[in-house]
Amino acid sequence: MSEEKQEREPLFSAKNLKLVKGPLNLNNPITVQVLGICSALAVTAKMKPAIVMAISVMVVLAASNVVISLLRNGIPPRIRIIVQLVVIASMVILVDQVLKAFVYDISKQLSVFVGLIITNCIIMGRLEAFAMGNKPWPAFLDGIGNSLGYGLILIVVAFFRELFGSGTLLGVQIVPPGFYNIGYENNGLMILPPMALITLGVIIWVQRYYKRELIEENK
Amino acid sequence: MKALRKFLDKQKPHFEDGGKFAKFHSMFDAMETLFFVPDKVTTSGAHIRDAIDMKRTMITVFVALMPALLFGMWNIGYQHFTSYGENPGNWPMFWYGFLKMLPLLIVSYVVGLGLEIIFAQIRHHDVNEGFFVTGLLIPMIVPPDIPLWQLALAVAFAVIFGKEVFGGTGMNVLNPALLARAFLFFAYPASISGDKVWIADKADAFSGATPLGHAMIGHFDQIPSVYKMFMGFIPGSNGETSVLMILIGAFILIITGIGNWRIMVSVFAGGYIMGLLFNWWGANEYMELPAYYHLIMGGFAFGAVFMATDPVTATQTKKGMYYYGFLIGLIAVLIRVFNPAYPEGVMLAILLMNVFAPLIDHMVVQSNIKRRLKRMKLAIK
Repeated sequence: MSEEKQEREPLFSAKNLKLVKGPLNLNNPITVQVLGICSALAVTAKMKPAIVMAISVMVVLAASNVVISLLRNGIPPRIRIIVQLVVIASMVILVDQVLKAFVYDISKQLSVFVGLIITNCIIMGRLEAFAMGNKPWPAFLDGIGNSLGYGLILIVVAFFRELFGSGTLLGVQIVPPGFYNIGYENNGLMILPPMALITLGVIIWVQRYYKRELIEENK
Repeated sequence: MKALRKFLDKQKPHFEDGGKFAKFHSMFDAMETLFFVPDKVTTSGAHIRDAIDMKRTMITVFVALMPALLFGMWNIGYQHFTSYGENPGNWPMFWYGFLKMLPLLIVSYVVGLGLEIIFAQIRHHDVNEGFFVTGLLIPMIVPPDIPLWQLALAVAFAVIFGKEVFGGTGMNVLNPALLARAFLFFAYPASISGDKVWIADKADAFSGATPLGHAMIGHFDQIPSVYKMFMGFIPGSNGETSVLMILIGAFILIITGIGNWRIMVSVFAGGYIMGLLFNWWGANEYMELPAYYHLIMGGFAFGAVFMATDPVTATQTKKGMYYYGFLIGLIAVLIRVFNPAYPEGVMLAILLMNVFAPLIDHMVVQSNIKRRLKRMKLAIK
């Protein structure tokens, strides 16, 4: 009757909470697993698209994690990747349509990157590594946790890039106009993708400085 | 000098392990090696002993840069007064340029060395002479009126992301001085491109376009004479205008064996051959520009002599140096002629080839191994 016992496990047990908290720091999908870099570079020039992207990925990841977890015993192992892709793709199309319907401007800015959520390594990774072997509820939490970790990094990178690259945050002017009069200029490099990579590098640097256990042994 | 030596010797124990200021060992070391030849010698094994060390290498490059630097100072003044149609004489021109250049040098050294010292303290390694040359190169490849805070940011960027993240002097992939310039170029294009910035406090009515600027917008009749471009009486970055002064520097580098002639020659060859190819193609007026013009315009000579030859970022194998230099020259001219957004291609060409340098070395070594294996097989047969 061990099945019965597990069913009664509280919804937010320590083990389940760890699924959400882990990816925020020690097991972050971007800074530690180095997944999903491509979209992190592409959509972080401004805060708004970064936030929308983070939410979209959260919806897609949580939903497809749950669906795959429900289907996990019925999927033939040899075609599991195809099945996963079908699920992700349908979720992405749903999200894309919703964005087009309600926030058309941002959906235009994100353009092809919403479609490319399908190829976001984080999603495939989580489906393959977690949802295929766990129950729906932990899978859901895992999806939320990982997309939160992803979104957190996205928003931090976008914060610095928008602040120094455009002098604004969420489209609101932050750098006072007086600064520009005394010679301050926005940093054009911040808008270009290389700076996203470098900002990401700095975040990884800072994280490893505080979390020594993340530093790999030099072989 | 003796008193200084005595003083340093007296202070030394405090900075050794267990001393009061052991934390600041690298700072003391930097001061000591600034004044005296380091007393550390290899103790074991057979080594070739030679008077050359990093300190002497850097000083030689420093000396080689002097002609271009001094001429650059004069030229800043010359361009400034010419734009107003004045001629106050050579010394006031030099003095004007000197005062323009001094803050740039101070900012470059203070920011760069400051960061180097901080990193040295944190990472427990010694401050070394690596930044000595970089700190001088950076002010020489920017326009005279660059805002100081932008320069400071660029230097900080170059030192931190060009050098320290890779492990300090000798470990960098990209040339730090050029990285600083690339940073400025992409981050603050208004201060380092166009035809407004190359003459200090230019009179508004005077055209301040560099020869490359003229060429880019198709004003080929306005390109200065070959003599002027060779001598350097043209607007441009602070230290890069005079090909003559740069060649004097190149001469110093080559006879002392510090700079590599293979790279310098092949960069010039690459640029010249690409120019000839364009002459032969001749699809537009820029392509018909005489090939040797490319070698004396813009930063080509400066890049070839002082940037491409940076021993850390260049190729290490002799054969590789030819490929490396040749491709730099080739790509530099290619970017100039084909890409209207970047009038000057030398910086980008060198940075690009910096990235490819290890690959070139690898290919050269591998091909050598293959050749010898083949020979061995033949011998066995």
